[in-house]
Amino acid sequence: MELLVTVCAWLGLGVLLLGVTGRLLWAWRAARIEGSVLPVMSARYGLRSLVHWLLPLSTRNQRLHPVVTLVSYLFHLCLLLAPLLVAGHVELWRQRWGFGWPTLPDPVIDVMTLVVMVAVLFFLLRRLAAPEVRNVTGWKEYLLLMVVVAPFVTGIIAHLHLLDYRLVMVLHIVSGTLWLVLIPFSWLSHMFWFFFTRSYMGSEFGAVRNARDW
Amino acid sequence: MADIEDARVEDAGIDQAVDKLEPARIEAVIRRVLGAGCGARLKVYLQTCVHCGLCADACHTYLSRDRDPDFAPVAKVKETIWEMVKRQGRVSPEFIKKCARIAYTECGACRRCSMYCPFGIDIAYLIMLVRRICALLGVVPVYLQDTVNSHAATSNQMWVQPDDWIDTLIWQEEDAADELEGVRIPLDREGADIMYSVIAPEPKILAQLIANMAVIMKVAGVDWTMPSLDGWDNSNMAMYSGDFEVMGRVERLHWERALQLKVKRVVMGECGHAYRGAVYDGPKWLGWSKPPIPMVHAVEFYYELLREGRIKIARKIKEPVTVQDPCNIVRGRGLHHKLRYIINELCEDFRDVSPRFEHNYCCAAGGGVINCGPPWKLSRLKSNRVKAEQLAATDAHLVVTPCHNCHSGIEDIIGYYGLGMHVTFINELLVKCMDRGDGSGEVER
Repeated sequence: MELLVTVCAWLGLGVLLLGVTGRLLWAWRAARIEGSVLPVMSARYGLRSLVHWLLPLSTRNQRLHPVVTLVSYLFHLCLLLAPLLVAGHVELWRQRWGFGWPTLPDPVIDVMTLVVMVAVLFFLLRRLAAPEVRNVTGWKEYLLLMVVVAPFVTGIIAHLHLLDYRLVMVLHIVSGTLWLVLIPFSWLSHMFWFFFTRSYMGSEFGAVRNARDW
Repeated sequence: MADIEDARVEDAGIDQAVDKLEPARIEAVIRRVLGAGCGARLKVYLQTCVHCGLCADACHTYLSRDRDPDFAPVAKVKETIWEMVKRQGRVSPEFIKKCARIAYTECGACRRCSMYCPFGIDIAYLIMLVRRICALLGVVPVYLQDTVNSHAATSNQMWVQPDDWIDTLIWQEEDAADELEGVRIPLDREGADIMYSVIAPEPKILAQLIANMAVIMKVAGVDWTMPSLDGWDNSNMAMYSGDFEVMGRVERLHWERALQLKVKRVVMGECGHAYRGAVYDGPKWLGWSKPPIPMVHAVEFYYELLREGRIKIARKIKEPVTVQDPCNIVRGRGLHHKLRYIINELCEDFRDVSPRFEHNYCCAAGGGVINCGPPWKLSRLKSNRVKAEQLAATDAHLVVTPCHNCHSGIEDIIGYYGLGMHVTFINELLVKCMDRGDGSGEVER
């Protein structure tokens, strides 16, 4: 088990880091070749756009879809924070590297995990029910939703000792690794591209076209 | 489902070209266009899109066609460029035909959807790439291609011949002088403060607008000129067909004419796409960071004249008035507040639209859509019921449309949906309302 944790942690975090770095370096080079991207970028207007799109209900489209907006915010918040602040993960890190960081109490993590699971269920139903989403949804979308929720489902099952602990832990570790590995190579990459695409559009609207993009 | 009537539209420019297409040529063109030149944005956009469908509510065609998912921006991308990328260009001639219909007639490149996409993906840019591919394959709606041919042969959009151009200016100068003594249309005057440029439909079918401008210039005491030679047309339909080589030539000639006349600024008439071509797309293609001389849109120019008191208003329009925010000068230049300042100066009863400013609905005519001509007119009108409903809600009688595409598009919508309104350029209101200093200009509508 310990070996699995070590291997998967190195593999998952390694591929994530290398993958994201590789993608960013490639994009930097491609943007220089394209020529018309970098001159447009503006710190002021890029940040202006990011701030508006990161604050809930501050854009017209978010206000048109309040439920989607609310669920998305809670989902992303819990999705990113729970794995970083759960005591079990931090303890593993402390054992390996000798230092850690403050954690959230387990009941809070349980609630965050539930939020992620309910949100994924909501996204799944939305993909099935809303025609404009169903129309552009294929097997990849369903698969990625499952990959995203799997570490949370297995995590909470393991924590509550509902099934065979060892088996569930193995599944938890493997699915978590898969999640990390897929970030640079699927649309999960919106995680880092968001900051670039949004600030590019913000720059073009603000610095070039004198208009707002929210 | 896409509209079966649209799929049945016959367009020689598309149908006949598609019949001659060979898969190898399609593949080569797609690979060339999607190669190095557009690597960063295209690939990052395709990787980022999470297929959430949140762009749908941005699109007037989607909203107007009972929220048919095939008209959502993301669906238009899925049906065109996703497939091209996924199949590495190995697509059929029939597929290209569908791409042409979607890219030229169901998207006006208004860019509203990039304000609704959480990631700010420039969907209109992706659709423009599809148009570029279609143009290189020679698959372009026949009426749109005719305007491009005109640009290529005459450097203006409507086959206006050099003698016709000068003749029209002299004729308009005479008409304007009948209205106000001493009005001139100075031709080729080097070193003037302003070169005034128009789009070719003005001399061709709306020549009165040029006379109106001459009157406005005279009253405001502006030092201006118009070019007698090619380069007077600032419009650019090649930008929308995807023929960027011709687009670049047209823009270069326009700016070279202005430089030759050594003017300080270029003021352009009430047109949206011409602003985009002259200020953004043209210079970008030519490798310039910005135009060599400042370009001032008519809305900015009128605003300036009114703010500085160079034009005074003698009488205001009494009937209820509303507005069409043209995409290319609102989302494209942020002129919506100046536009409303002008309308409030000229009109007593201004009734604003909702949504407005950058969130305006496109007229469904711009972006080359109206230039696809009669075969696609019904499709275009069906694609903008939402605009008709928005205008009807204001109960106005008059719609101010400071853009030629908006003007024609809104006029069609008013007719088709029986709104009982009229469209007007600001130019027309201004000559009615302004104090000409000779006791005239007191005409009440």
